[in-house]
Amino acid sequence: MKIKEIEEEIVEEFALFGEDWEGKYEHLIDLGKSLRIIADELKTEGRLIKGCQSKVWLQSELKNGRVFYTADSDAIITKGLVALIVRVLGDHSPQEIIEADMGFIDRIGLTAHLSPTRANGLLSMIKQMKMDALSLSLKSKV
Amino acid sequence: MNGKPLVYLDSAATAQKPTVVLKALSDYYLKQNANIHRGVYRLSQESTVAFEKARVVVQQFIGARYAHEIVFTAGTTASINLVASSFGKKFVNKGDELLVSEMEHHSNILPWQVLCQERGAVLKVIPLKDKGELDKGELDLEAFKKLLGPKTKLLALTQVSNTLGTVNPVTEMIALAHAAGAAVLIDGAQAVPHMKVNVVAMDCDFYCFSGHKLYGPTGIGVLYGKEKWLKELPPYQVGGGTIKTVRFSGTEYAELPLKFEAGTPHIEGGIGLGVAIDYLNSVGLDLAGAYEQELLRYATEKLSAIGGLRIIGAAAYKAAVISFVVDGLHALDIGTILDQQGIAVRTGHHCTQPLMERFGISGTVRASFAFYNTFEEVDKLVDGVIKALKMLRS
Ligand SMILES: Cc1ncc(COP(=O)(O)O)c(C=O)c1O
Repeated sequence: MKIKEIEEEIVEEFALFGEDWEGKYEHLIDLGKSLRIIADELKTEGRLIKGCQSKVWLQSELKNGRVFYTADSDAIITKGLVALIVRVLGDHSPQEIIEADMGFIDRIGLTAHLSPTRANGLLSMIKQMKMDALSLSLKSKV
Repeated sequence: MNGKPLVYLDSAATAQKPTVVLKALSDYYLKQNANIHRGVYRLSQESTVAFEKARVVVQQFIGARYAHEIVFTAGTTASINLVASSFGKKFVNKGDELLVSEMEHHSNILPWQVLCQERGAVLKVIPLKDKGELDKGELDLEAFKKLLGPKTKLLALTQVSNTLGTVNPVTEMIALAHAAGAAVLIDGAQAVPHMKVNVVAMDCDFYCFSGHKLYGPTGIGVLYGKEKWLKELPPYQVGGGTIKTVRFSGTEYAELPLKFEAGTPHIEGGIGLGVAIDYLNSVGLDLAGAYEQELLRYATEKLSAIGGLRIIGAAAYKAAVISFVVDGLHALDIGTILDQQGIAVRTGHHCTQPLMERFGISGTVRASFAFYNTFEEVDKLVDGVIKALKMLRS
């Protein structure tokens, strides 16, 4: 599926909850449980994403021209947010990842997590995933 | 907030402002706006009088001997930086020692750390006592006595911990420091909103606090310094307002406190702070403090009853701040779910990372109370936490 299509799918999924924030957050927490977890030995200082109040480790690799992410967080909701972003961006080409505008976050009512000062650091995660995609694509070309 | 009435439990970060303060700010701009200490015209004189009146209100509020011992700054952090710079230049030399405690806010660590690096001095740390299970979050006074010595130039200590709520025995510690020949700066940011402070009885050399935690405007703060110190210290920032005469051959500095107030000050901030203090005086700080203690006791009792929840900081004497962690859960998760319920608490290290390290945690959830909070709000907090735990543990 294209990034846009996955975004639409998520928007529809979250729309089912309407104003029910509990349902929304429970769904997010569940999503976290499906995240492909980064191997423990890879949870190093270097793989920590800066700018989050909770710890988020991210590992990116390029396989057949597509980027795959594994990650983890010590906070449950943050983990759900990471899983959400990985679901959208993972398994796509670096170019597609770099160009994704991530507008769906606004539409599913999680905008609060996007503000630059927000401790969850969703913005930092997205930035790191895009930067990883870029550097992986550059490396693969040399 | 999030469709629910806001339950604001983050007054230790900044307090909500009474309407009289808001009115003072708008009145200033509508009716009084003019630069102070400069104009001969009526408006400028009026705003000068209002600003200087606020200084007297602050003086009386903390029991200082003279109004000129009150320096207006941008806040606690700015006050501490002022002393670190000016005191440091004149009195701190290679090999000297400065003392802070393990529970200090970063604002009362970093200026001293930088000063020590610059002057080749040594920063020493008063630890908490009773590590582990017994750790109530109180300072180890025996260790403190041993740390004091002939090389100790200054003790910089918080009166109330913003993370633990601990009220430190500052009067006793100041006396000990003085006996060892050290000057003492007290960080009163978390104390002045909750308890009567008298700097003369306490006998501190410097006392700092922020307007915005005291129901006043942001961007205004106070440095109290004993007259003898303020006279001796060199100015911090220089420029307009700090001088008596300027010649290129040399400058004579102004009298206190203007020597330390370079440039146009935060005029309406000072005036607003004066109004906030008047307001607090009319409520009665004793009454407000006693009521906050009731809230604290109630919240402590109810939160302690939640399984897996651990309160960090159980000092015998605490201000209305309650920090807690829950086994296996991140403070941020709890804070996020509370936010969804319209409950504003603070999560994280609260600018006290060394303290977090000591407790072996990455952060806490912190609820802090002001006299405008209610028992019903404590109930909402407790219910909110229970709900968060249920969701997060599922
Ligand atoms: C104990 C303590 N000291 C210093 C500060 C810094 O105050 P400000 O940011 O107003 O300068 C705070 C504020 O959080 C505090 O709680």
